[in-house]
Parts: sequence; structure tokens; C-alpha cells
Amino acid sequence: MSITQSVIQAIWDRMGDAQVCRVCLEIGTLSGVVVDSVRFCFEVVTQGTTLEGAALEIIQPTGKARCRDCGAEFVLNDLLVLCECGSANRELLAGEELKIREVEVMA
Amino acid sequence: MCATCGCSGDTIFETNEHDHHEHDHEHGHSHSHSGTRTVTLEQAVLARNDALAERNRKWLAERSILAVNLMSSPGAGKTTLLERTIRELGAELQVSVIEGDQETVLDADRIRATGAPAVQINTGSGCHLDAKMLAGGLETLEPPVGSVVLIENVGNLVCPALFDLGEQARVVITSVTEGAEKPRKYPQMFRAADLVLLNKIDLLPYVQFDVDDFLDGARRANPGVEVLQLSATTGEGIADWYGWLRARLP
Repeated sequence: MSITQSVIQAIWDRMGDAQVCRVCLEIGTLSGVVVDSVRFCFEVVTQGTTLEGAALEIIQPTGKARCRDCGAEFVLNDLLVLCECGSANRELLAGEELKIREVEVMA
Repeated sequence: MCATCGCSGDTIFETNEHDHHEHDHEHGHSHSHSGTRTVTLEQAVLARNDALAERNRKWLAERSILAVNLMSSPGAGKTTLLERTIRELGAELQVSVIEGDQETVLDADRIRATGAPAVQINTGSGCHLDAKMLAGGLETLEPPVGSVVLIENVGNLVCPALFDLGEQARVVITSVTEGAEKPRKYPQMFRAADLVLLNKIDLLPYVQFDVDDFLDGARRANPGVEVLQLSATTGEGIADWYGWLRARLP
């Protein structure tokens, strides 16, 4: 809920009282944020605000990592996956995104 | 900022106008529809919290205060660990505590009984502390220069991992009565940790807890993370925790 409230607050900070008709978020699959919960909360929290009725698009970047030991890049569906070489020492390249990509407002 | 070329700094630009672009490239983002305009924000959802957290971090650094954020599930032994830490280090370090709970002042009362100043923050329906709450707690607590502030977050292994408070270090506490699979179930929390404490090891003979499996899970989520095993009740292993704290004093 507070993640969704943060989304709305951030949009107000940037867009003032403009009527918002679409919101596009990026929520990485490794971010720890549950997309279904955000969708549910979004409807509840936007009621009676400049975001009421806005379409919510959520892009979910897949987790990607680079192994610091062997250099391989691989897909990471969860944070516990090891590199094929057996190493857990990896640098996350994608999947932790939690941002507002864009909004569409009434002109 | 424009995601394609990085122009415009932090300013808003409207993708149906493009007049700020002198240079030539193709934008991948969408454009105007009749009666609407699309504005690219590329902004972190938690930007406001993160900015407040940075302000807390600066405030703490200016006063040479060490702030440690303690996170765990309910019942892992955070308050018992704090009580013992204050009793045993109180003569050496000035420790004060910020307690986060949904309801009641029970934990703050327990801390005050040790003689240390404590502020209770009740989050109501909120399941974590955030940077604004910490700022309010610090204002009330007024910790002295060169002291240690231990922040007991709301018992929850999910949401607190997402909210930077401005602390210098994050400690995750798990107890052997909770089961060894905690790092596999809550990898984001373990990934966020600077230190993992495995508490209640005095109970190991009485519970089925595979320490090696726990350590493997913790290191899969957070390679290289330091794990200390201790009992806040008996004091076994607790000197290592004190050593870790001392090493982080400004």
C-alpha cells in the first residue's frame, strides 16, 4: 500500500493537479514488490484524486546478472539462483527496478 | 531524464513536443493522443523517501552518530538483544533506541527499564518504518554526539527491506525457532543486510534447524554477508556482535 501511495505522491509532486489518464510503472521481478497488490491498491488509493480511473500499465523487467567470477551473464528468476559455474557472487544488471516510467495526462 | 539519450537532467519533458532535442535520434516512447500528452518521468517510486533518508544520513554523520536498523520477523529476539546490549555496553557507549511497532509502547518501556532513552513510533496499519518516521524519532530522541542509535524496525521480513532510513548499517536477525529457510523465503531482506544475526542458538539442541542450510541460503541471497551466531538470552557469541558494533563507531 505505501509503495502505491508513494507512486501517487511522486506523480503529484511532478504533475501537480493535472488529470492523469495513464500511468506506466516499471517493477522488476526481483524488486520484492507484488504487482497484483499494487494493482489492487492503485484502484483504492486513487479514488477521489487526479488519478482516479487512470489506466495502470506495469512493465516487469526480468532479472539479469553478471557473474563476478566467470563473467557469464544469465537470467535470474529469483535471488537465489547461482551462476552455472556455481558462484553466488553476481552483480545484478536488471530486475530490481521500481520506478515511474511515464504518465499520460489530459492536455 | 530521457531514458534514451540522458538529456534534460531531472526536468520533465513532454514527448509530444520534442522541441528540446536539437540532436537526431529515435525515441522509443509513446506520443500524443488526441487531447492527452505523455510525460516521461523515469523517477524512482521511493525518491521522496530516499531524499529524506539522505538527509537523515547527513544529520547523523554531522553528529558522529552510528545508527543501525534492526530488522526481523516478530519474535526473533530484537528487544531482548537490545536490552542485553544496553546493559552490557551501557558503560562504554551511549545507546538510545527508536522502537517501531504497529501498536503499544511495550517495547519502549522494556528499553527504558534498562536506563537507556527510547522513543516509540507506532505505525498503525503501516508495516515498516520510513525515513520520515526516523527523522521524527531522532528529533524527539535528541541523541548526543558520538552516540549509538539502535532502530528496532517493525517485525516484518518484507517491506522494511525497501525503505532506506538513512541508517549506516542494516542488521537482519533470525532465530533458530523460525526455521532455516528464512533466507530462501525472504531473499530481498537478506540481500539488504550488512550483517545477519542468528539468534537463540542456545535452543539448537531442541529444534530441527540446519545451520549449514541457513548459511547457504543467506549467502545465496547475499554473497559475502557476515553472519554471527549468538544467544541474546545466555550471552553465547554476543561478544562478536559487540565487536561488530564497536568497529562501526564513527
